Amino acid sequence: MVELALFAVAGVVTLGGAVGVVLSRNPVHAALHLVAVLVAVAVFFVVQDAPLLAAVQVIVYASAVVVLFLFVIMLLGVDRAETLEEPLRLQRPVALAVAVGLAIEVVLLGGHTWTTGASGRQGTLSGGDPAVLAENLFTRYLWPFEVLAVLLVVAVVGGVALARRSGERLGTDDVEGPGGAPAKEPGAGTATAGEAGT
Amino acid sequence: MRVTDTWYLVVGALLFTIGAAGVMLRRNVVVILMCIELMLNAANLSFVTFARRLDDVTGQVAVFFVLVVAAAEVAVGLAIIVAIFRQRRAGATADDISLLRG
Repeated sequence: MVELALFAVAGVVTLGGAVGVVLSRNPVHAALHLVAVLVAVAVFFVVQDAPLLAAVQVIVYASAVVVLFLFVIMLLGVDRAETLEEPLRLQRPVALAVAVGLAIEVVLLGGHTWTTGASGRQGTLSGGDPAVLAENLFTRYLWPFEVLAVLLVVAVVGGVALARRSGERLGTDDVEGPGGAPAKEPGAGTATAGEAGT
Repeated sequence: MRVTDTWYLVVGALLFTIGAAGVMLRRNVVVILMCIELMLNAANLSFVTFARRLDDVTGQVAVFFVLVVAAAEVAVGLAIIVAIFRQRRAGATADDISLLRG
């Protein structure tokens, strides 16, 4: 009974928030709807024996990632309502048709045992004990874990390299290289220098 | 009425579909990135559901990995968006990145 009530509330918040993300005219509102979805999914995690994942979801997703989103929205100054008009004539109907087809495909694939019936190591969940999860993460799945650490480092370095203003300190740059719009840039000289460097 | 695993999977499928529709419908790049997050969360929800149904901790480990990949994706994606907006000034949409060479 408790699970049913939790499921109903979290389900409504999840799907309603998701629709809100898609339909919000203001990107800030979309980000706030995203927070609602993420917290509701964390509730699903708690109900389904994954308390550690729920905590990580709230800490990493609902705080860090959404704050990053809001930070970029404010930084770029796009925090205002925008028109939802679509210049391409057939984009809306085709996109909706593809979305419905995708939903049917997901249900069909998910409902078949040849995609979902396989079971790996049954009886290892032990009621969602975080200690078991951590033990698996640091023994059996240690190699993927280390690879992910490398991925994170690469992503951070890539983010810095992409967002750095061209030619600011370290010389050549690859962001505003050939084909950019150097005429519009105030520092057109540095943009052309970057072009020459590449 | 008992809540079965299938209910959670249905919510996950709907969440994934809404996210995919948002990626195709919206023109604001930041909102498109948020819709990708919706799709990743739908996958996470399915992973956790199957972890409980099959009593297999691998599903929950996979959620960890998806979380890390999503964080990396957000970092790189937002950096790309900042770089685009710096070039195109305000009001850049997905159309402004239709060419790989910019």
